[in-house]
Amino acid sequence: MSLLEVEDLRVRFTRRGAADVTAVDGVSFSVDAGEVVGLVGESGCGKSVTSLAVMGLLPRTARVTGSVRFDGTDLLTLPPRALAARRGRDLAMVFQDPMTSLNPVLTLGRQLTEVLRAHTDLGRAAARREAVDLLARVGIPDPRRRVGEYPHQLSGGMRQRVLIAIALACSPRLIIADEPTTALDVTIQAQVLDLLTTLVRESGTAMVLITHDLGVVAGTCDRVNVLYGGRVVETAGRRELFAHPRHRYTTGLLAAVPRVDAPEGTGLRPVPGSVRDLLPWARGCAFSPRCAHADDACRSGDIALTAGPADGGPTGTGERAPHAARCVHPASGTPARAGGGAA
Amino acid sequence: MTALEALPDPGQVEPTGTSGAGPWRAAWRRLRRDPAGIAGAVIVALFVLVAVLAPVLAPYRPATAEWFGQVTPTSVPGPSAEHPLGLDSFGSDLLTQLLYGARSSLVIGVVSTAVGLAVGAALGLLAGGIGGWVDTAIMRVVDVLLSIPALLLAVSVAAVLGRSSTSVMLAIAAAQVPVFARLLRASLLSQRGQDYVLALRSLGLRQRRIVLGHMLPNSTGPVLVQATLVLATAVIEVAALSFLGLGDPEPRVAEWGRMLVRAQDRLEQAPQLALLPGACIAVTALGFTLLGESLRQALDPRSTR
Repeated sequence: MSLLEVEDLRVRFTRRGAADVTAVDGVSFSVDAGEVVGLVGESGCGKSVTSLAVMGLLPRTARVTGSVRFDGTDLLTLPPRALAARRGRDLAMVFQDPMTSLNPVLTLGRQLTEVLRAHTDLGRAAARREAVDLLARVGIPDPRRRVGEYPHQLSGGMRQRVLIAIALACSPRLIIADEPTTALDVTIQAQVLDLLTTLVRESGTAMVLITHDLGVVAGTCDRVNVLYGGRVVETAGRRELFAHPRHRYTTGLLAAVPRVDAPEGTGLRPVPGSVRDLLPWARGCAFSPRCAHADDACRSGDIALTAGPADGGPTGTGERAPHAARCVHPASGTPARAGGGAA
Repeated sequence: MTALEALPDPGQVEPTGTSGAGPWRAAWRRLRRDPAGIAGAVIVALFVLVAVLAPVLAPYRPATAEWFGQVTPTSVPGPSAEHPLGLDSFGSDLLTQLLYGARSSLVIGVVSTAVGLAVGAALGLLAGGIGGWVDTAIMRVVDVLLSIPALLLAVSVAAVLGRSSTSVMLAIAAAQVPVFARLLRASLLSQRGQDYVLALRSLGLRQRRIVLGHMLPNSTGPVLVQATLVLATAVIEVAALSFLGLGDPEPRVAEWGRMLVRAQDRLEQAPQLALLPGACIAVTALGFTLLGESLRQALDPRSTR
């Protein structure tokens, strides 16, 4: 059994006087202990809503169905109080924007010790020492001084380090990182990502890394789930995905990554259309309106996630298919331009 | 004064805090660079000083009517060597009366604002922190209170409770309750959707802890500003209530509002009897307003001066 098993997760937002919006439409994925799993997709594909649903942080207007089993217990049916007790201790989250995710009027020390004292029985002084240690672990120079400072005295990269320290404070077994480097300068992104993966690997924490950046995925993830229209359209090991992408959306994404070694004058190759051109999954492939390979077969009902013939891996119940895609006309072999960044 | 005392920073809470750190310190630095703020602070400080030191500063005891014999139906003695500002119409030293008048204004103003702030903030905290039907119930009551003009509300409360300085305080406090309740509730509501609150929830902190430990401290700025501004109104309302005869019934308590009433029938012979207490009220209110406005700008993170 995996540490986290998300099955057929659906999130619908009800709005007064308007049609409901389905943000997540049957997402299933799992995360083993100590594994780093990527959720990749463009804006609006349901990445963040999935993570908030797992954490139980969606507003009341959201209707969540399916199951989110963490270590065997379904978090969706847990009473709010019991879930709150697990948040921060068993599962924690790193958010996208470090500039707004810290309380501006409290010192870093206060914000760090608060989590520690909420979930452990450390005393004030012990929690404070632990806070200094945590700041040192995430590479904040002079942590003894920094612990008494306020968020506005730190740069964005430093603040994200602090947020990582807070998330790791109680040694959770799972961390959900929602675009943890998107709001940072490119030069800082790699550092922060490195730090995050190093810490996660060191402590054996599992991580769900949510991103739209394939470069981030290539550098960090063990497994990758590609999301489109609120569903997983392809799931594979990292190397396998970059070497043999199967779903047409995945190949489109990989082809769209600009490359330094491309011949001069080569233009960017974006995926045409936008996420709003959705087909409901019940009627066929949601990506088909934007897909060059789509035909009537793609628009005749629900498409199952099927393991490709190339792997021949076990697909028995309970076992995860090593590489599966939800595509009628999957790409075979290598993509137009193989993702060399996978290595 | 409440404002000034609250300003020295939360660095005391965090002993390791470096100097110059913290939002309060930054606000204090900005406040010191604003001439209007300094003027307000000086006026407020003077007012407090006079009120506290009235027994030392005043040349005589208040409301003695010692020199009643010198007051005639047609004239009130003006400034002289013994009485720098002359006598009042009851034969007491005018300067002494003015100095002691600061006392009652300060005490009533501060106590009523403190009560109004405490009750209003508690209601706002419940409404904004719990939400749902609690919010609806509290805010409807507050709306009703708010629909009655402040002075009219104060007059009604004072009339119901009878004439005493306690009823004046409660009357003014009652008029302030809705202001603080709405302010704090709005501030809490605006924070609810912020990233840091979501981040705190993701750490498994209880709602109560988030509201009291995080959202409330984030709201102290606007509440502090409002309290300073409301003090200005309170000083005026104290005078207004005693002008209307709803003040402290004890005639020997010196009060600027009552001095105005007594000056009414002698406006032609001795205009200073009305002008001086009037000026005291106006200047004190101005001081609090200047300080409050300056404080508002100093605490506003968007103001970069």
